[in-house]
Amino acid sequence: MTTAPPQMHLAAHFPGVNNTTVWSDPRAGSQIDFASFEHLARTAERGTFDFFFLAEGLRLREHKGRVHDLDVVGRPDSLTVLCALAAVTDRIGLAATLNATFNEPYELARRLATLDHLSEGRAAWNVVTSPDAFTGENFRRGGYLDPADRYGRAAEFVATARELWDSWTPEGTPRPFRHHGRHFAVEGEFTVPRSPQGHPVVIQAGDSPEGREFAASAADVVFTRHGTLEEGRAFYADVKARLAKYGRAPDELKIMPGVTFVVGDSDADAQEEAAEIRRLQVSPQNAMLALEQVWGRDLSSYDPDGPLPDIEPDPAAALARGRVRHGDPLVVAARWRALAEEKGLSIRQTVIETTSRQSFVGSPRTVAEQLIRFVAAGAADGFILVPHLTPGGLDGFVDRVVPLLRERGAFRTAYTGSTLRSHLRLAEPVWKG
Amino acid sequence: MPPTAPLHLAAEIGGPPRYDPGHHTGLARLAERGALDFVTLGDSFARPGPDALAVLARVAPATRRIGLVPTVTTTHTEPFHVSSAVATLDWVSRGRAGWQADVSATEAEARLFGRRPAAPAEELWREAGECADTGARLWDSWEDGAEIRDVATGRFIDRDKVHHIDFAGEFFSVRGPAIVPRPPQGRPVTVVDATGGPARGTAARHADVALVRATTPERAAEARAELRRRAAAYGRDPGTLRVLVALTVDLGDAESAPEPGLASGPPLAAGGSYYRGGPVDLAELITRWHRAGAADGFHLTPITPGRDLERIVNGTVALLQHRGLFRTFYPGGTLREHLGLARPANRYATRGDRA
Repeated sequence: MTTAPPQMHLAAHFPGVNNTTVWSDPRAGSQIDFASFEHLARTAERGTFDFFFLAEGLRLREHKGRVHDLDVVGRPDSLTVLCALAAVTDRIGLAATLNATFNEPYELARRLATLDHLSEGRAAWNVVTSPDAFTGENFRRGGYLDPADRYGRAAEFVATARELWDSWTPEGTPRPFRHHGRHFAVEGEFTVPRSPQGHPVVIQAGDSPEGREFAASAADVVFTRHGTLEEGRAFYADVKARLAKYGRAPDELKIMPGVTFVVGDSDADAQEEAAEIRRLQVSPQNAMLALEQVWGRDLSSYDPDGPLPDIEPDPAAALARGRVRHGDPLVVAARWRALAEEKGLSIRQTVIETTSRQSFVGSPRTVAEQLIRFVAAGAADGFILVPHLTPGGLDGFVDRVVPLLRERGAFRTAYTGSTLRSHLRLAEPVWKG
Repeated sequence: MPPTAPLHLAAEIGGPPRYDPGHHTGLARLAERGALDFVTLGDSFARPGPDALAVLARVAPATRRIGLVPTVTTTHTEPFHVSSAVATLDWVSRGRAGWQADVSATEAEARLFGRRPAAPAEELWREAGECADTGARLWDSWEDGAEIRDVATGRFIDRDKVHHIDFAGEFFSVRGPAIVPRPPQGRPVTVVDATGGPARGTAARHADVALVRATTPERAAEARAELRRRAAAYGRDPGTLRVLVALTVDLGDAESAPEPGLASGPPLAAGGSYYRGGPVDLAELITRWHRAGAADGFHLTPITPGRDLERIVNGTVALLQHRGLFRTFYPGGTLREHLGLARPANRYATRGDRA
């Protein structure tokens, strides 16, 4: 007798401003028209997803001092789009990425509480921080904070926001609040009554030790990077183990890696399509860009279809701005060279091989089984799906994979509650007076 | 102003604070039935109420034509965020966004943020002007043809058409470019209440729509002429500024004003522009003032929106439409089109420089 698999959570990420998003496909639509957001959010709601997720970047990416032009560019203010989406959806959660470095608690808590009211309990806040003065150039505050201060400010920011969300009485009267901490000294009255969820759901993205600790202390959901099953289990165990210290139970924090996927009629079809998508994601120009980001040098004289450069990377260089860097460039370069040599790959082929393999590829049945296995093995509580096409990139998954997940009892067949907290099976937070 | 100039009408839909999603949508739809140019929704950190821009974003998909103008304050907020949020309201409404710039003058508001003490109105309105200026530059920072999606060269945008703005003013600096592509209207409509002295210069310099308060058509015409003179002194074409008389209205229970004496003058309270009477007499007042060239239109703030907005639309506006003084449908799709304001040329497009 087989037991029912654990229930997974699913979220949809609007395609981002990086080369995962394929814009050269004839089916690729607008990254900014409201119709694209509406299509994706409604598709996710048709699939009874937990939430719809919008990322944010507060400075356009630059390369060699100029705006990066090879990927999708331009995004709306996330919270404003979600308020509009609240009018055309009924149940799905609406998650906004909002920066804790270049915002102030009072205003952000107020905007989020407003979204929670307007959506009748579907708001979520993905708390991010900014690492650099590059982004600061767009803001009054300017400058930047070192990592310890960034997370300190973010944690105090979230705590302050929660004090504001708790500040009205159940009878609907504002009570004065007063918060005097290391980062914020604020007092007065909040303008919004406690919202339907009590507190909007808090999401934390980022895998660093500071990020994990912050998530364990304050977040409801962790948006993490996807890796192997073993890496996933290790991360999952590590973060869940940190919860007890804060008096929290393991199921009070959901771990959801961001994943890409390709669904085909058969496994072979899907693999073929996945290879074609990777080729589109890594144009010759994008291959050279990826190479220069690792090497930290101008490599424009090299041929993307030729061999890797024989000169060494410059680890101190920072050609790319507004983008997270992964790993030591010398190590990455050595790995790329070894791979290129072993398989006889060009620059572009090497980049395709190393940077953009999709997380789940196969027939609807294969993808459904892989997802179920990941959750059953304790590597995730669910997934944030990142489609490669705007706005139709989720259609196939919802039409073909979701029914199988439901059949196996691994995913809801209908929404049972009306708030995002109820979808995520999170309790309403205690109202601290 | 020729007496046949188009009449513009707007209404405030705020009132006692409401947080439920349907309330403001219902009022905006009602105003849209009357083909009003736009609705405003006031906002302040100093009193209870939801974030107005967020509320009107929620209203946008549930309406089709009416302009949506939330109050957005510039004192304790980030100019870059303000610009992004207003641009996004324009995207989600497909070209119907504006914003009414306002300042936070009190110590109580300053303590909510804990970043700086309260400042004199003069200073706050100079800063609001800088915020409007920065917003306009950020909205221009993407040229209209910036998105090229050129598969042959692998380029999504033409980076020569996306510009740093490098704004450095008295209060803040912003490098740019905007993270949001240029919104449908080019620049969403900027509204400033020019009643107070310190706000007037900011209105003359940066507003597309200025609100004034006046007790007689002559005083309104003077205020309008002064704003236009000052706009011209800032190098603007005064024809790009619409001046609306702001009127607080109490339509009570009657069809007609209970007070006698309407024939000799509008029943306005002496201290300001407060109208109390019936919807028919309000139409009379609007007709008379408009024919006298007092203003480009009116911004009406009902003291009880739930009750009075319906009377304005079904009584006052219907009568103005019947007389041929106000549009019966929207010939255009954007707020700028309702206001007869052209989509602004992009300041960066003509210079041909490289960002």
